[in-house]
Formats: sequence, C-alpha cells, structure tokens
Amino acid sequence: MNAAKLTLVDYGAGNLPSVERALERLGVETQRAATPEALAGSRAIVLPGVGHFGQLMRTLEERGLRGPLRDAIARGTPFLGICLGLQALFVSSEEDPKQSGLGIVSGSVQPLPKTAKLPHMGWNRLRRLRPSVLLRGVRDDAYFYFAHSFAALDAPNAAVAVCDHGACFVAVLEQENVLAVQFHPEKSGDPGALVLGNFVEFARAKTAREEARR
Amino acid sequence: MSLARRIIPCLDTDGASVVKGVRFVNLRDAGDPAELAARYNREGADELVVLDIAASRDRRGTFLETIRRVAEELAIPLTAGGGVRSVEEGRSILRAGADKLTVNTAAVLRPELIEELSREFGAQAVVLAIDAKRCAKCPDRSVAALHHASNSALASGAWEVFVRGGREATGRDAVAWAQEAVARGAGEILLTSMDRDGTRSGFDCALTAAVSCAVGVPVIASGGADNPADFLAVFSEGRADAALAASIFHDNLQRLGEVKQFLASHGIPVRLVA
Repeated sequence: MNAAKLTLVDYGAGNLPSVERALERLGVETQRAATPEALAGSRAIVLPGVGHFGQLMRTLEERGLRGPLRDAIARGTPFLGICLGLQALFVSSEEDPKQSGLGIVSGSVQPLPKTAKLPHMGWNRLRRLRPSVLLRGVRDDAYFYFAHSFAALDAPNAAVAVCDHGACFVAVLEQENVLAVQFHPEKSGDPGALVLGNFVEFARAKTAREEARR
Repeated sequence: MSLARRIIPCLDTDGASVVKGVRFVNLRDAGDPAELAARYNREGADELVVLDIAASRDRRGTFLETIRRVAEELAIPLTAGGGVRSVEEGRSILRAGADKLTVNTAAVLRPELIEELSREFGAQAVVLAIDAKRCAKCPDRSVAALHHASNSALASGAWEVFVRGGREATGRDAVAWAQEAVARGAGEILLTSMDRDGTRSGFDCALTAAVSCAVGVPVIASGGADNPADFLAVFSEGRADAALAASIFHDNLQRLGEVKQFLASHGIPVRLVA
C-alpha cells in the first residue's frame, strides 16, 4: 500500500466525496474503507461525518468497523475525525443515548442550547486554548464552516480550541494520535485546506518516524 | 465570537445553464454554472445555491451533472434543489455533491416529505424553500410593529405561500408554514419574496423578520437585492441569518467583497476573504 495514502472510513456519510476532493486538491491520494479488511494496515484514517450519531455508530457496527477502528487508534494510527467524526470519539451522545460511541475521549456529546438558532449553521471563529497541530499556520481570526446541533460541551482535556454558539463547545481536539474538528475543513475555504494539510503532514511525519525506527 | 452573516449567490438553472428572469418569468441565459461557481468561491461567497427551476423529470440527469461540475469548483458549502419529491431524489442530489437540498412544492403537497428527508439526512441538510407573496387584502405590516408584538400572530395572514415556481397560490400563511416545516425537521428556511424578486428594490425586511422571529432555525432572505445597504437592512431590520442574490452578482453590478466590506464597516459580522 502506498505510504502516502489516507484511508477514509466509508459508512455512507454524505460529505465523503467533498473530503476526497479537498484532499485531492492537496495532492493527497485517498482510498475508501467500507470493510474491516480495507481498514487494516491503514497508515492514517479520516472519519468524515454528517447526520445522526446513532446512525453512524450503528453503521460502523454493522460493517464490522467499530472494533478495527478502535484498534487502529489504540495502535497509534493518525486519526482525523470531522464533525460527527469528532462526536463519535466520545463515550456517548444525547442524540442517541442507547448507542455508545468509540469511547476514545472521555465525556459526552450534548445538544447545543436553544437560546441560539439551531442548527449552528455557517461560519464561525475559534478561541484557542493551547498550541495545536491542526491549526498551525492558521490565522487567529480565521472562519470555519459549521453545521451541527450537538456538540461536546464539557471541554475535556483534549480540547485545543473552542467555539461559542449559545454555549462554549469543543471545536478542535487533539489527544496524541487522535485529532478532530467539529467544523467542516472540506467546506472551509483556505483555512480548511490548511487544517487538512496539517493532518496530512502530521500523519506523514509519524509514518516516517516509525519507518526510521524499524 | 459570533456567527458570520452569510452572503449566498444563487444560480437558477434550467438544469444545465444559468438563467435569469424577473418574477419567475422572461428567462434568459446567464452563463455556465461551474464557471460562476469557481468565481464566487474565489470572491468569498459563504455558500452557493444551485436550483433547477425547470425541474423536468427527463432533464434530472443533466442537473445532477451540473451539481457535480459545480461541486468540483467549491471549497464552500453547496445547496441544491428544484423538484425534489422523494428521499431517493434527495439522495441523488446529495450524492452528486450538494451538502444540503431544498424542497418546495412537494413539501407543501405532502409535508411528511420534510420528516422523511430530515430523518434520512439530518435537519442540517434539509432547507425548506418558501416563495411568499404579500396578500393584496392584508394590511401592511411594519417591521417595528412586528418586533413589538409576539410577532407570529400579528404577521399571520400577511404573506401567502406560492408553489410551482410561483405560479400557484396555496392559501397557506408563510409564517405558519415555516413554523410547521421546522417542527417537521427542516433545518433552514430559504425565504423568497415574490414581490421583490428580480425588482432590485431591496429585500422584504418585514417578511424576513416575521419568519426569522417565528422559527428557531436560520433564515436565508431572498429577492430584491440591489446594493450593499439592502444587505445591511435585511441583516439588521430583517433579522436574516443569510442573504441570497443572483443577478446583481452575475452581472457584476455588485462585488461580493465590496458588499462584505460595507457590512463589516457597519458592524455586521462577516467572513472577509483576502
């Protein structure tokens, strides 16, 4: 397998082609993985997502991707979650309390308060909490495109940037090899491309380090 | 931090080409959708809407190809629609590269369609398009009055919903219909004033405020844009979350960047693109 290739988890998410296109513009080769076999041996994994938490988790389960995804993350494979792909990392979501999440990051996903218009739809800015891999080179006042009604409100230790819409929520999280954004980098113009490029660079550097060690 | 107000160019197409008309009639060709999309993406559009206003069954394939070509050019969200009557038709539009889809006539005829689409794709992907016209027999509603009353009751009956490209009256109240659609799962309202559409006499701020104050989802105002002050008015008085325009951008009568600069200088949060 090509070392530079990124694996996109294909569970039927609507934004998968947009993520592919955005990575293609950066000159990155991608492959889709809809089976455990296709996921095995991935050098870097992207979980795009739009829609419903329960549906995402159920589809991962049905396709036998849940275990392999957790294993790959546990092995240290660079991982990028997008939108619902960020929410899937948590233990659970109030959008579907019966379905458990991947449980990689502690805490739960909650609805945004109805004091603001929902969905939180459109371009918003971030407030940074600490230095970030994904936001390297991104201007502090850059806007990113959001489209969601649920979010991680109780900022866990993994949060590196937050956003406000009725409440403060996690916009970017980074926990070792696990990186995730609540916004859609594939729809966020130049700053979004920079975020995707930073992930690609992070994955490349990690792969190179591991190969040097062998 | 606050959510930027969006400026959204709209491409009305016959499936393949961009067309323009006044009040839904006298259509003429205005260019290639993909070329315009690339330009607006570059100039700082916050989103793009592509509509198939002909929406004829036999040309659906052509429109899907148009969506694909437009999506290729964009690093911003894309909304597409026109004649969507089922979950399967909705799916084909999203698969072609749209992030959201609009429903209009079919949702009025069968409101359950909104629930079906929302359940399948999420509320964030379902935009209810409303074509509204002021009732001749209804009294004029001033924006100030709307802001002071518990507005939906007051506004009720002032604007009527039209379907089939504005050709057919429904007897439905626009504000009530917006509220029902949101309750059924619509995540956004694309609200077109038929009185203002194509006239370049400014957005209908009273209509926009009436709907925007009555629902908890974002409202995109459409119809009547002429100059930057119109956008300022619809974001302040009109309480719009986004504003849509077509011909003034297609014909270079206004530049996206200049409209945004004007708004920023008047304290409206906008995303400025260098």
